[in-house]
Amino acid sequence: MDVGTLAFSALYQFGDAFAFLVLSACGLAVIFGMMGVINLAHGEFIMCGAYVTVSAAHAGVPLPLAIVLGALVAGLVGALVEILVIRHLYDRPLDTIVATWGLSLIGTQGTLILLGSTMAGVGTPFGSFTVGDYSYSLYRLVLCGMAVLVIAALYALFNWTRFGVMARATIQVPHMAAALGIDTRLVYSLTFALGAGLAGLAGGLYAPTMTLVPTMGTTFIMEAFVTVVVGGADVFLGTAPAAAVLAVVKATMTSWYGQLAGQIGLLMAVIIVIRVLPRGISGFLLRERA
Amino acid sequence: MNALSRFFRRLEGPQTLGRGPGFWIGFLVVLAGACAYPLFSDGYTVGNTVYFFTWIFMALGLSLIWGYGGALSFGQTAFFGIAGYSYGILTINFGAAYGFTFVALLFAVAIAALFAALLGYFLFFGRISGVFLGIVTLSVTLVLERFMAQTAGPEWKIGAARLNGFNGMSNMPPLTLPWPGGDIVLFPDVQLYYVVLGMLVLVYLGLRILVNSSFGNVLVAIRENPERAEMLGYDIRKYQLGTFVIGAALAGLSGVLYTSWGQYITPSSMGMTAAALPIVWVAVGGRSDLTTTLVGTITVLAVFQALTIHGSQYALVVMGVLLVLTVLLAPRGLIYALARLIARPFSSRASNGQPGDA
Repeated sequence: MDVGTLAFSALYQFGDAFAFLVLSACGLAVIFGMMGVINLAHGEFIMCGAYVTVSAAHAGVPLPLAIVLGALVAGLVGALVEILVIRHLYDRPLDTIVATWGLSLIGTQGTLILLGSTMAGVGTPFGSFTVGDYSYSLYRLVLCGMAVLVIAALYALFNWTRFGVMARATIQVPHMAAALGIDTRLVYSLTFALGAGLAGLAGGLYAPTMTLVPTMGTTFIMEAFVTVVVGGADVFLGTAPAAAVLAVVKATMTSWYGQLAGQIGLLMAVIIVIRVLPRGISGFLLRERA
Repeated sequence: MNALSRFFRRLEGPQTLGRGPGFWIGFLVVLAGACAYPLFSDGYTVGNTVYFFTWIFMALGLSLIWGYGGALSFGQTAFFGIAGYSYGILTINFGAAYGFTFVALLFAVAIAALFAALLGYFLFFGRISGVFLGIVTLSVTLVLERFMAQTAGPEWKIGAARLNGFNGMSNMPPLTLPWPGGDIVLFPDVQLYYVVLGMLVLVYLGLRILVNSSFGNVLVAIRENPERAEMLGYDIRKYQLGTFVIGAALAGLSGVLYTSWGQYITPSSMGMTAAALPIVWVAVGGRSDLTTTLVGTITVLAVFQALTIHGSQYALVVMGVLLVLTVLLAPRGLIYALARLIARPFSSRASNGQPGDA
């Protein structure tokens, strides 16, 4: 095997891990970074997106459209959750975690009761291609591209649109933003819905690659948590670099010792990082800049 | 003598609900009732009640960490699992003779505490704030569950003890009291009930003394305002770490008792659902007080079991709804709100010393 194929293999594994970390974490990161709320029902929003996507695909909707539909439904559910529960708890961040954990229990078990223990999936599209001795899934490359696209889209949304300006104003000084006529409650609702929608998007994108079970959210949340903790409160300066660093750790450990070693490596990395940089990568970068 | 009486006076104080002869008479009545209970019941039901009791230690530990210390730990089940597995590995390898099961209990709890000390060092000395603390402890629990779930192969064994992956370990000897004229094996029956009840009373009273001591007062000060506590000269990291280790040891005790009770432990006892349940008990009961936590845990467990009998699938949904409603409507706990309501007519001092929400 020559150096080129080896390099491609390593790059592919890195890209795969990077995409998984970014996509599963970005919804959580938006909600945490903008609102300071950790959404423990994040995994259930991912599950919601995946289920809607697969149901729609079974009903004959083309897969890309089905994925968008999954993200939209998850976003709507997110808006509903914000209005019913989260809105009343903004001054009590610890209680928000507890309440969203209650929602997570309801979501997992409710899905199990309503839809049964598993659901027929859809096949992974696009097939595969070969480089050197190994064959690679083309869909994984698409996922990698989507991860980059999502970060770019979020950057555009928060920096170049009216909503982005209002959202950032609301985050920085809420009462000043309210005094200037911004409906801060609406901004919070929309931000939460955006985060939930991103989770749904992650679920929809990964739905063709995994089995659909009500507890599938747990496969994502550990990675999502770790990325957000390492990244800190900023989506662009935190989540993206954190995902890149952690993807190296995960891809290396996984290719050496297997899937579980990858996760243990992530956990070790996060525990060491929080000891050195308690406010995450973005906290470190922002302090350097200030 | 004087020091001893001062020590016991700490059984009541500003950090615990319930004081004066009225409360302690009530306590003794309940204790007498609990002691007499096996006389009116059969061994099987009593054994079932012990199952409830085994969980209370973990709940009390969480109340200490979360309610008193203000640090939300989702990792209680990790320590539960570590101690449970340690007990299994130790007793399967060394047997139950000469009271070794109780030595194994101590070792298992110590291993859980040691693990907590190591993890807590990184967390508290890294000055991890409330929200992140919850996430990291939960992540540790989930990774531990996945790690144990993949140990199915025959290469995963420690001595004679196979870890058995997702099916879990079983057939470890239950706790055994060395006794002249034959050891007493504590199967889930009346004897085990009295042993666990004794432990429970000791732990409950011990924790009451702890939280009303200067340690407990500093802990509550840290919960209310960490910066101010630090300015007053306390190294809050040490206090938080100490609390975390004590809470973890109690969770470990629960794990050992659970493992010994059913003679088995599985990785799912550390999973997402298992990790959520202690939070439900403590939040619903009233995390900021030991007594309400105790009452709340027993109540919620009883409701949960009744629901499980009638429609097992819905029990967890009800738990979730209960948790959300408690947080929204009675943030300090349902039992806590009830206790204050009952106590108000009897106490003229009910209105002072209201600590804020953590």
